[in-house]
Amino acid sequence: MKLPRFVSILVAPVVLSTAVFAADFAPAIIYDMGGKFDKSFNQSASDGTVRFKKETGIEVREFEVTNAAQREQAMTRFAQRGSQVIVAIGFSQASAVEAAAKKFPNVKFAIIDGTVNLPNVQSINFREQESSFLCGMAAALASKTGKVGFVGGMDIPLIRKFAQGYTDGAKFVNPQAEVFQNMTGTTAAAWNDPTKGGELAKGQIGRGADVIFHASGNTGGGVMQAAKDAGKLSIGCDANQNYLHPGSVLTSAVKRVDIAVYQTIMDAKNGTWKGGPVVLGLAEDGVGYSLDEHNRTLITPAMEATLATAKADIISGKLKVAEYKVP
Amino acid sequence: METYTLIVLTLAATIRVATPLLLAAIAGMFSERSGVVDLGLEGKMLGAAFAAAAVSAATGSAWAGLGAGIAAAVLLALLLAFATVSQRGNQVVAAMAINIMVAGLGPTLALAWFNLGGQTPQLDGPGQRFTSLVWPWASTAAEHPFPGLLYAQLLSGHNLIVYAAAALVPASAWVLFRTRFGLRLRAVGENPHAVDTAGISVTGLRYQAILISGVLCGVAGTYLSTAASAGFTRDMTAGKGYLALAALIFGKWKPYPTLFACLLFAFTDALASRLQGVALPLVGVIPVQAILALPYVLTVLLLAGFVGKATAPAAIGVPYAKEK
Repeated sequence: MKLPRFVSILVAPVVLSTAVFAADFAPAIIYDMGGKFDKSFNQSASDGTVRFKKETGIEVREFEVTNAAQREQAMTRFAQRGSQVIVAIGFSQASAVEAAAKKFPNVKFAIIDGTVNLPNVQSINFREQESSFLCGMAAALASKTGKVGFVGGMDIPLIRKFAQGYTDGAKFVNPQAEVFQNMTGTTAAAWNDPTKGGELAKGQIGRGADVIFHASGNTGGGVMQAAKDAGKLSIGCDANQNYLHPGSVLTSAVKRVDIAVYQTIMDAKNGTWKGGPVVLGLAEDGVGYSLDEHNRTLITPAMEATLATAKADIISGKLKVAEYKVP
Repeated sequence: METYTLIVLTLAATIRVATPLLLAAIAGMFSERSGVVDLGLEGKMLGAAFAAAAVSAATGSAWAGLGAGIAAAVLLALLLAFATVSQRGNQVVAAMAINIMVAGLGPTLALAWFNLGGQTPQLDGPGQRFTSLVWPWASTAAEHPFPGLLYAQLLSGHNLIVYAAAALVPASAWVLFRTRFGLRLRAVGENPHAVDTAGISVTGLRYQAILISGVLCGVAGTYLSTAASAGFTRDMTAGKGYLALAALIFGKWKPYPTLFACLLFAFTDALASRLQGVALPLVGVIPVQAILALPYVLTVLLLAGFVGKATAPAAIGVPYAKEK
């Protein structure tokens, strides 16, 4: 007898608030541990919301998680406050998205770098191995020592995917190329440890590497700083990071999280949103390598031509880039 | 040949990683020798790291950053001293309160001042960081593996704070065991009543010890944000304060053994960074996870099995009350 009343008290304000706000479109985004300003993965997502806001004038609700327990809470709160579409950034939010999406079947969810098999979830993944392959080629072409480095963040299949694409790309150009590979850690703290990243990069430079690619979120700041301090080259990740140290960043393996975020929110607004898997690669311009005024002098015309050919071959399917498989 | 280079580079990294640990451990030594548990090392270092990066970013001078880092750590130390010595509060609780407060305060202030999501701007202007000093002929020497590479990598190529930390060990050993101040400091940690009976202020001595600890933590924090990396990020001390405390206990509250303990911890850390993906004789390539766990496993083993009897200062953790 008591329970239903208790439930109705809880549910009533939720129903009310949804009714009140139903007219307003209020998208929400939940960033991951690296933080909104990691100059990389999360910041790229943030750029997507900025573009959406600029074009439509609609505010995007934001939340930066600082511990794992906050993810589902934040999603639930956004859903209760009437957000129609909630974008979760990062693979580690998958289980929270699954739980929240089951609780709120009428709310649209999107997850970047993860897969959740529910009708109201859009699972957006990228073919990172393709951009990493091109960056590996660029690294091997620019390297004078024939040794290049890779610093990953947390040791997860996604980062192994970067590492393998990079290694394959380097060996594609120079079969003798040596690729040093390090992971920063096995917990989420590995995305936010620039000191360790710098230490790993210094270690690789000491072993002869002269181009280092990072796929490690905020940790990469230390990697790129160490490369610059030693007069070597680095390769940025996710966002275009060429501007961070002009002349020292060879290129960046860009992953257009901004476009993905913008598109899913825009689709939700226009009523064209669909659940299910979305995979973006070179062909869809979802990934690529960056070329701008900050690295113009580092990429020679010959290198650019080689990379353009490889890119066209990958898109046409002539050149197959292997995808990392979990053993 | 390559193994030799690898070993030298690992040792060079050991020195870099050990520096903040050593500074914090010696800081803790002064405070604990006077009878005050120093769990607040972590918070003081983090506060200093933030202040140093913020001021260096604003003024463009690493030295101004160092001043601000020391000032911030000293202020926190004073707060700790007031709570635990003057007000006789629980030392563990007060220190943890400071750690938690700083962990939140740093990113919050950074967000308010710089609007970069709880970080300070990247320090890449000239003079904003303590960069490596290259000794004369280091690059020529590096071409000759022995002893040139040792000279170039181990002696040369570190920043000023590293050399200062190295000099601190004999200096603190001298202060602690060869001066009147050192004798009194040790006495107040063992038997404050006796010191009080001799007409020396227990409160005064403990304040001095905590202030010294504050200054050293300030240098350690400055090292983290303006020398080892370029800017402040959330939780950048990453437990180094606690690790320093473990090194202090492992070093039995003595300067040279503490130096050894810090070097050992730093060595396992540097080793963990370099052993990844390297095939070792007999065992082959060790999984990354096992290597990353190595420093912690070693710490537990050493502290549990090999440290022997570590006798803490007798009066540690006990607030001093005259009338007792």
